[in-house]
Amino acid sequence: MRAVDAVMECLKAEGVEVVFGLPGGANLPTYDAFYDAGIRHILVRHEAGGGHAAEGYAKATGKAGVALATSGPGATNVITPITDAMMDSVPTVFITGQVRTELLGTDGFQEADTIGISMPVVKHSFLIQHPLEIPRAIHEAFHIARTGRPGPVLVDIPQDLSRADIQYEPVNDVRLPGYQPTTEGNTKQIRQAAKALAAARRPVIYAGGGVINANGAPELTEFCLADRFPVTCTVMGLGAFPAPHEQWLGMLGMHGTRAANYAMDEADLICAVGARFDDRITGKLSEFAPRAKFIHIDIDPAEISKNVPAHIPIVGDAKNILAKLVAEYRALEFDSSRLDEWWTRIGGWRKKYPLRYEDSTDNEIKPQYMIQALYEATGGEAIVTSDVGQHQMWAAQYFHFSKPRRWINSGGLGTMGFGLPAAMGAQVGCPDQLVCCIAGDGSVQMNMQELATCAQEKIPIKVFIMNNGYLGMVRQWQELFWDKRYSQVDMGDFPDYLKLAEAYGATGLRFTDKRTLVSDMKDALATEGPVLVDVRVTREENTYPMIPAGQPAREMVG
Amino acid sequence: MGEPGTKELLSLEELEAAGGLRTGRKHLLSILVENKPGVLTRIAGLFARRGFNIDTLTVGPTDDDRVSRITLTLDGALHPIDQVTKQLHKLVNVIKIRDLEPDDTVSRELALFKVSVDGNQRGEVMQICEIFRGKVVDVTKRSLIVEITGTTDKVEAFERMVRPFGLIEMMRTGEIAISRGRGET
Ligand SMILES: Cc1ncc(C[n+]2csc(CCOP(=O)(O)OP(=O)(O)O)c2C)c(N)n1
Ligand SMILES: [Mg+2]
Repeated sequence: MRAVDAVMECLKAEGVEVVFGLPGGANLPTYDAFYDAGIRHILVRHEAGGGHAAEGYAKATGKAGVALATSGPGATNVITPITDAMMDSVPTVFITGQVRTELLGTDGFQEADTIGISMPVVKHSFLIQHPLEIPRAIHEAFHIARTGRPGPVLVDIPQDLSRADIQYEPVNDVRLPGYQPTTEGNTKQIRQAAKALAAARRPVIYAGGGVINANGAPELTEFCLADRFPVTCTVMGLGAFPAPHEQWLGMLGMHGTRAANYAMDEADLICAVGARFDDRITGKLSEFAPRAKFIHIDIDPAEISKNVPAHIPIVGDAKNILAKLVAEYRALEFDSSRLDEWWTRIGGWRKKYPLRYEDSTDNEIKPQYMIQALYEATGGEAIVTSDVGQHQMWAAQYFHFSKPRRWINSGGLGTMGFGLPAAMGAQVGCPDQLVCCIAGDGSVQMNMQELATCAQEKIPIKVFIMNNGYLGMVRQWQELFWDKRYSQVDMGDFPDYLKLAEAYGATGLRFTDKRTLVSDMKDALATEGPVLVDVRVTREENTYPMIPAGQPAREMVG
Repeated sequence: MGEPGTKELLSLEELEAAGGLRTGRKHLLSILVENKPGVLTRIAGLFARRGFNIDTLTVGPTDDDRVSRITLTLDGALHPIDQVTKQLHKLVNVIKIRDLEPDDTVSRELALFKVSVDGNQRGEVMQICEIFRGKVVDVTKRSLIVEITGTTDKVEAFERMVRPFGLIEMMRTGEIAISRGRGET
């Protein structure tokens, strides 16, 4: 059979139900194979949309997402989603077409050095040099993408090789001598960690996206509840612990709660699970959690002691390790009342500094209220994706995520335009669930074109644009740190989202009145097919509280 | 405190940070990689991206044609070596890394020196060359090429000795290294 037909067989063998892509000259053979392969292919309108859709699919389902692009511009268009998937550890496989081997290195039409360009931002990549390598490469790509710390893997297939005839034999093993992720976790270290936790008087559990990747939310919860451990999550980890909850401090970091950030600041022991001490968490590194010792649980050994030296490092799968940690912890004689004082202190912060905003006295919709209204309208029962900016932070603060894989956003790379295509991918992966996108009016325009895909494919996502007419987060920084010199952040009243929605074949709605917002939203949610809602909110509102960049947590403002 | 197998708790004060520390000395990393296209680019790219400085780097075949050996040296005062090796390990084509202990390692590099020798300086340079067990591999009326093999220290000592005569050019391969004893590197 043709190598591309073998690719289809490989995809089926890997359990792939759907791929997102857009054809071109260099992957014409692949698309010919799709014609009757029986794998759902969703024709996106921009390869970046396809890449983010694959990410949304992967984050919502836990399965690997697959995106396809042709050579040259098709391939360069997926560089942003590949980088995004790398930063947020999203299991994804990208299959790109490449020019014919005889043209390689000649600046042939639509030739780009895809392997070279993507090298710094992939978990791994395969440049196919012989058609016989193709099945194994696809198989190993899935294996690498899914296992260990997940990430994007790229397979670049020259056009002539993809149409070559090969003897296809199913591949059932992987030959990767240099790739053996540690999953188990050292028992002695786990025991040490349990003992340290039992001795700690001011502990904090700090969980990140790794817990969700490991499907370890139940184990995290059980562990936190094994004693009265205060718990906080990164923007990637929301949903790993059921919020709201007595022991839940809220999100931490730049726009986290004071309770969470102050607790980190005063902790004597921080147990990091699947989190990587990003600068949005630590603020000024030299003044981060100055009194704390650190337990660091991560599947990626390179994360341990990268930014913050760990006292008890544990390499392995978070689900696995947390389960063992609970057992070790329960076997100890610990005294929960040692945490009384700590909870009194935390309770003080919670009381004094709850998340708050000044509501409008008229009909005006405050952006924070918009999130609360959506939480109410959905009853919290929705997968929520977001773009990047103020709306993202308000969504993270005010929408409570009680389950994993319900909150899908671009945390590491902060990619505007992520939300709408990610919602599309999530909806394809979870057809029976409600999928909402909380979009920024700036961000949404970066991948708006996928609304056509949603209309054509009947993918009924509900997109709520938080329309402040600004690149709001940038405007906020200009207001606070650049003397209110608003440089290139005002987007005016463009475009007209009602007309745009209609043009794309979606339903367009506009909400401007807070008094009816919840019921209006319920109507929008009940509307069939894709819906684009233009929610007009207060134009100049700031996301608070905030740790100014490069400052320690104690210096939170707002 | 906190003995394994007991229920005794740990005292947090006793915990010490592991890793992320700078050793302050030169490190020789011996890296086995799959012999596949682009492997060196991946390694070089990783170093560039993470801001790790490589002092020397050599690549060569091994007795197994599916595997190549990269030997590189870097300064442990500038980088936490554990972070460097852990990042390298993340490359799928990297099979094995050893941070070689200087005392248990034989390391060599090859250097070629082109020295200008006018008049009676020739004899002096040749004498130094002999002391260093170097080999004169090319002679012209006004220059000599000397081949030196040895540790980096030896090569650098030779350089200091001949520089005053007029060092026209020097070329060095960078170190290769092998562990002492019967075990594999
Ligand atoms: C692709 C991309 N370009 C630029 C930025 C920088 N940036 C971060 S937030 C932001 C503003 C986003 O505006 P909008 O989507 O309207 O969200 P808002 O902050 O107003 O809620 C910008 C420009 C980015 N994150 N991504
Ligand atoms: Mg905006």
